[in-house]
Amino acid sequence: MGTKNKIKTAPADRALTVCNTIFMILFVLVTMYPILNTLALAFNDGTDALRGGIYLWPRKWTLKNFITVLQKNNLITGAYITVARTLVGTATALIANAILAFIVSRKRFLFKKQLSLFWVITMYVNGGMIPTFLLYKGLGLTNSFWVYVIPGMVSAFNMLVIRTYMNGLPDSLEESAQLDGAGYFTIFTKIISPLCKPVYATVALFVAVGQWNSWFDAMLYNRMNSGLTTLQYELMKLLSSVTNQGSSAESMKNAAGSVTPETIRAAASILTMLPIICIYPFLQRYFVTGLTLGGVKE
Amino acid sequence: MSFEVKRKKEVVTEPKIQFSWKEAKRQKSLLIWSGIILIYGIIFYYLPLGGWLMAFQNYRPIDGLFRSRFVGLEKFQQLFSDATFLRVIRNTLAMGVLNLVVTFIAAIVFAILLNEVRNAVGKKTVQTISYLPHFLSWIIVTGIIHDALSGTGIVNDLLMNLNIIDQPINFFAHKEYFWPIVAFANVWKETGWNAIIYLAAITSIDPSLYEAAAIDGAGRWAKIKHVTLPGIRPTIMILLLMNVGNVLNAGFEIQYLLGNGLVQSVSQTIDIYVLNWGISQGDFSLGTAAGIFKSVVSIVLIVIANQIAKRNGDERLF
Repeated sequence: MGTKNKIKTAPADRALTVCNTIFMILFVLVTMYPILNTLALAFNDGTDALRGGIYLWPRKWTLKNFITVLQKNNLITGAYITVARTLVGTATALIANAILAFIVSRKRFLFKKQLSLFWVITMYVNGGMIPTFLLYKGLGLTNSFWVYVIPGMVSAFNMLVIRTYMNGLPDSLEESAQLDGAGYFTIFTKIISPLCKPVYATVALFVAVGQWNSWFDAMLYNRMNSGLTTLQYELMKLLSSVTNQGSSAESMKNAAGSVTPETIRAAASILTMLPIICIYPFLQRYFVTGLTLGGVKE
Repeated sequence: MSFEVKRKKEVVTEPKIQFSWKEAKRQKSLLIWSGIILIYGIIFYYLPLGGWLMAFQNYRPIDGLFRSRFVGLEKFQQLFSDATFLRVIRNTLAMGVLNLVVTFIAAIVFAILLNEVRNAVGKKTVQTISYLPHFLSWIIVTGIIHDALSGTGIVNDLLMNLNIIDQPINFFAHKEYFWPIVAFANVWKETGWNAIIYLAAITSIDPSLYEAAAIDGAGRWAKIKHVTLPGIRPTIMILLLMNVGNVLNAGFEIQYLLGNGLVQSVSQTIDIYVLNWGISQGDFSLGTAAGIFKSVVSIVLIVIANQIAKRNGDERLF
């Protein structure tokens, strides 16, 4: 860049730097404030919080909200079920999608095109809520833990992410293994899968987050069975108790306890997001690759 | 949200595999496994499509799908003569389009500006923070939104301290605030996440283009306008295409969680209508008809968007 150009463009460029820095600080503030505010509310006395004015720091410290949450049986049950569905659901989905991706990424597979199309169609057309509901009911999946695991097991999106990755592996791997007498099962478990660890991590993350955060299936299919409730669904009930009744009326009732639905919800929210907040920064490179694999590949 | 990208330049050089029993025998294990997963797919993805028949019947659970009386398009007529359903379509479309436009612009602007951050540590930190809301459930996000907009929340406090208002606004009681709140919640939750793809696209722009622009005397603004934006244009187009088909899908969780009796007329979407009529009221036929309407419109939108992209010589889905 010549000196002349520098002089001409420098002020505009500097303005960009300044504006951009301000924008980024604002962005971080807007993103983080509500979460930090929830944290402050979670550690604040419930009745005191009703006065308002709690921003980033609790005014009247208490652990009572957390203690109340941890004593609520339905939240504990919800936590167990949520952990179980996340573990079981992620493992089964990963295995199923990996097997399917392996099959459709074999160059010589006879029905490669047809099978891919079969799954791609499912991304655009689906039966909708009512037929699906009746089907699960007919299959005996309602009022059952398995409704959290089986219906979402194979998904075209996750399968395509893995397939794209597998397509990028050299064909010679498969060919040389076949010369050594390896069958498809051995090729899948011993040769392809170890190389696919990064993309498996990506899909596992996508599925796990979905499992951890879902609530609608618990409400729709297992509403009658409180033993199968999930953490998010319990959180949703807490939320609607805040929205509908208004927190002031509720707090009068248990003024002695000095917890309100609002602060309990804050505490429960913090506990629910804690595992995710702890894990996701370390998995960044996985979801960034995963998203670019499933999305636009330049 | 996924798709298969087809590129014009890409030449498919796959060997044509002819069917033969010898080959089939060799691939026995692949065929067995794909068969098992195929049966799963038929049951869980294709069988519900058979349930669409219900929309043309007066479906009664006692009679089942095979013995319920067919009534033709009666359920659809009932649907479109229901003022609530027409309002619900308007709400779904309005919120879908509003969300699409604002989240799109937010993600592109954020990606471009983040790319301009020269401090590597700062850039990494901002980006890591920007992903966080994506991983939170809508339950938590609506709780957060509710806190922020409550009578004692930060938004009312700020507006009061700036003397813009002198009474706290009850944001959830006024219809005119509902759509903007939903749009903002979407922007808050997904901007960082949606920006990932644009940032990846920006990274893959040929650096020599920036050098050439610099030699021509381009400042940073000019580079953004003449190199970065054209560079991510294909990405923008294909994501736009993908999301057009999702316009009607963009509304369930947040509207269901944030909506209340006071704003019902602007908050209810097609999915909520289906839930109310189909599941709660037990009118399976009407609920299915509404669901079919949504699916068909979505597919039509995708096809139209795809045709437009094709005509303009842009990226397309199929």
